[in-house]
Amino acid sequence: MPADRALRNPRDVSAMNYTFHWHQALEALPAMLAGALVTVETALLSMLIGIACGIGLALAHNSGNRLARGFATTWVETARNTPALFQIYMTYFGLGSLGIFVDSYPALLIGISFNNAGYLAETFRGGLRAVPPTQMRAARSLGMSAPQAFRLIVLPQLLRTVFHPLTNQMVWAILMTSLGVVVGLNSDLTGVTQELNVRTFRTFEFFAMAAIIYYLITKFVTLASRLVAARLFRY
Amino acid sequence: MIETDFSTTDLLFMLHGAGVTLALTFWAVLGGTLLGLVLGLLRAVSPWWINAVLGAVLDVFRSIPLLIQFILANSFKSILGLDISAFEVACVMLALYTSSYCTEIVRAGVLAVPATTRRAARSLGMTWWQDLRYIVFPNALRVSLPTWTGLTLGVLKDTSLVLWIGIVELLRASQVIVTRIQEPLLVLGICGLIYFLMSFPISRLGAHLETRWREYD
Repeated sequence: MPADRALRNPRDVSAMNYTFHWHQALEALPAMLAGALVTVETALLSMLIGIACGIGLALAHNSGNRLARGFATTWVETARNTPALFQIYMTYFGLGSLGIFVDSYPALLIGISFNNAGYLAETFRGGLRAVPPTQMRAARSLGMSAPQAFRLIVLPQLLRTVFHPLTNQMVWAILMTSLGVVVGLNSDLTGVTQELNVRTFRTFEFFAMAAIIYYLITKFVTLASRLVAARLFRY
Repeated sequence: MIETDFSTTDLLFMLHGAGVTLALTFWAVLGGTLLGLVLGLLRAVSPWWINAVLGAVLDVFRSIPLLIQFILANSFKSILGLDISAFEVACVMLALYTSSYCTEIVRAGVLAVPATTRRAARSLGMTWWQDLRYIVFPNALRVSLPTWTGLTLGVLKDTSLVLWIGIVELLRASQVIVTRIQEPLLVLGICGLIYFLMSFPISRLGAHLETRWREYD
């Protein structure tokens, strides 16, 4: 018993008076891996929504309509200038006062997607700028149809410029899913870890395990994206 | 007129929270930048095997959710039995986190200075240190400063995560008031406005520096 040892030898009190219990954390590994799956799913889903909204916002910003432009600017500036956690709070608590009650999972998903869309809108705007409009005209005058020209000329170049920021944002999305625990989510990796933590109080061990899993996931995403990029952008 | 239970005391409470947020940001950016300068310079000049190790270690801070880093740091403090406050733990952790990004920014800045420019400086009789101080530093600053303001902005927003280890900063203060007066949209709206007022000037400054300094390229 650590307490007894401390009584016998007073010097132990100031040093590390703590015994690590890694076996408990190892036993909980399956549950944590299931949580990791939820984390990855949530991140992917939020990226898909974020990409869709981001393209919409980029087009809205570039369109002549002042209302659309104002809407896009408000969204982008809010997403970029307030914490992601604030955006999740806004959906979780804020929507409630409008009569829309959302659970912690949708709150997390909406919050991250909102954030992703704000950052990706800028990425897509940059991507659209990178392809000169003259190329579209050149493609059309070579006899390509508009969809053909977009698919064969514009899209490959657009993809090239946005690919790297997209994978970066994916890593961010994975890290951001950990915020769900603050609004009471208990199914993702951090949520599962927190549940185990309040049951056993082995905070360091459990969260260290979670940290390792997060590290492996993000490394996997970065590595996979690098391989895909090497294959896609050979020329 | 809309009726509300939101009082001046609540606003002061939130502003006090905003003060904590700013203090955290200040210490984290200060510590992170100093450490980042040293490590970034080290990464730019050291042989590949030191570079690989240093890069891998710093990458850990960027690959794990900051929330979990705070939890780990806080519980590790308890394990070691250190007698320091949660605020100090948060400052140290945030500074380390900031330095992992700042190192890359500094490194990119230093490497952006052409080797020929540096050789020219040395052949004019400048010492290694003089070359660093008068040639590399001003040139690297031009490349790095816009990114660095972006990092500061990121840190300002990331301070919100310290609420989990029991520090009452702006977001936590707002949440406390929401729980009491049950008017989330108003309170969080004010909270968002304060965040916006704190970060928008930094974001504008970054954009300004980027466009202004590009003119001289």
